[in-house]
Amino acid sequence: MNTAPALSLTNLKKTYKDGTTALKGVSLDVPAGDFFALLGPNGAGKTTLIGLLTGLVTKTSGTVKVFGKDIDFNAEEARANIGLVPQEITMNPFEKPIDIVVNQAGYYGIPRSIAVPRAEQILKDLGLYDKRDEQSAKLSGGMKRRLMIAQGIINEPKLLILDEPTAGVDVELRHSMWEYLKTLTKKGVTILLTTHYLEEAEQLCKHVAIIGKGEIVANGTMDEILALHDGEKTVDGYRTGRLEDVFLKLTQ
Amino acid sequence: MGTYEKWISFYTIVRKDLLRMFRIWPQTFLPAIVTSVLYFLVFGAFLGSRIGEVSDVPYILFVVPGLVMLAVITNSYANTSFVMFTNKFFGRTIDSVLVSPTPPWILVAGFITGGLIRGVTIGVLVLLVSLFFTNLVVHSFAVVFGFLVLTSLVCSLAGLVNGVYAKSMDGINIIPTFVLTPLIYLGGVFYSVESLPAFWGMVTRLDPVFYIINGFRYGFLGTSDTSIVFSVGLLVGLAVIFLAINIHLIRTGLGLRQ
Repeated sequence: MNTAPALSLTNLKKTYKDGTTALKGVSLDVPAGDFFALLGPNGAGKTTLIGLLTGLVTKTSGTVKVFGKDIDFNAEEARANIGLVPQEITMNPFEKPIDIVVNQAGYYGIPRSIAVPRAEQILKDLGLYDKRDEQSAKLSGGMKRRLMIAQGIINEPKLLILDEPTAGVDVELRHSMWEYLKTLTKKGVTILLTTHYLEEAEQLCKHVAIIGKGEIVANGTMDEILALHDGEKTVDGYRTGRLEDVFLKLTQ
Repeated sequence: MGTYEKWISFYTIVRKDLLRMFRIWPQTFLPAIVTSVLYFLVFGAFLGSRIGEVSDVPYILFVVPGLVMLAVITNSYANTSFVMFTNKFFGRTIDSVLVSPTPPWILVAGFITGGLIRGVTIGVLVLLVSLFFTNLVVHSFAVVFGFLVLTSLVCSLAGLVNGVYAKSMDGINIIPTFVLTPLIYLGGVFYSVESLPAFWGMVTRLDPVFYIINGFRYGFLGTSDTSIVFSVGLLVGLAVIFLAINIHLIRTGLGLRQ
């Protein structure tokens, strides 16, 4: 049995060509099989970090291992285990949802005979089946978000990376998306999540890391992180804010 | 990824490009046909009879191979440069491939296969159109087909380098307009180098497209201004150089990854 963390980062650094240092030496282990929240303010380095994990950004130094596979030395094996739902909507607006998802499967080496029924099932699960043959440009914002999730999970990844998947999505849809994603974690999928909705992270994730100015400023179980709150702010004797207060305290 | 999975990935990239290419055939195939018809009318029917013979053959027979190569070069190049550019800048759909386990060489192979198919298809279509204007005589089908494929391959590879590097729409238009077009028109599409003054003859001989066109023309006429062996060697050399550049660019992420 593989007991390696889903993700293991060691002293990961990234300096862009213009001299901007986005990551100053991030080390982090993401345990397998649950939600993990990576939180941080805008510009903290979250999206750069996700880009490094998925090969969209080249690292300056450090190591990344996915289920024990180094992304430099076992790139194909490491990437085969990852699914990505990026922050930006990245799709060809002229393509049909079914084609977008089936093509994504193809890039992972999954033949159409398997990919088509699997894609249809995922689109059904995400409420997009009726739209499968329409131009994706005609989908609503929420539908495009769900289509991105379908694209990210078509290869049945062991590690699913969600970069602010609920940005701009209404409450009802957010709840249905999380319910669906919870079914994936029950099947053993590890979900690394970035979000600005801290209450979502608090409800979903047992583990959390907070990144600020390119460094991990807190990392542990949700209880450990919440315990960092000094408890001074109270209303009628109850602690307020919780994760939001810890977040603000650590990242300011 | 095993061999079968790599094949699936390659097939997916090629299938996607071919579906796009044939869906928008009025943009991808028709313009080359229309342009060729106009060239055949002007240089074959209208001016050809006045020009007479070039290299001991009627002018229309001399000019057909050059016009075929003109269409093949521009379309192969445009296909890969445009597809890569749009994948990078419209919806960042290239990320879907970059995050996958697809190795860089499969990505390159998939993109250039699209350019290769478009180039060869257009070459065949222009040749078929030329049959309405003249009776083509083929000296060697192997040479004709070999040059068609090699030229399309080299131009697809060159276009892919351009597409990877391009940072704006200008980036994919500058090279075809200011480099490729002059090289083609000065490469002996419409004339024999023997008919040029010494200086322009020397300039023409510095143009790599000159050797490509003349090699292809040899396949029809059985005569050429250049050595066919040199022409083949040049094409193979260019293919190796552009292939190496492409694999380096995509493996290191230059122009694609941040």
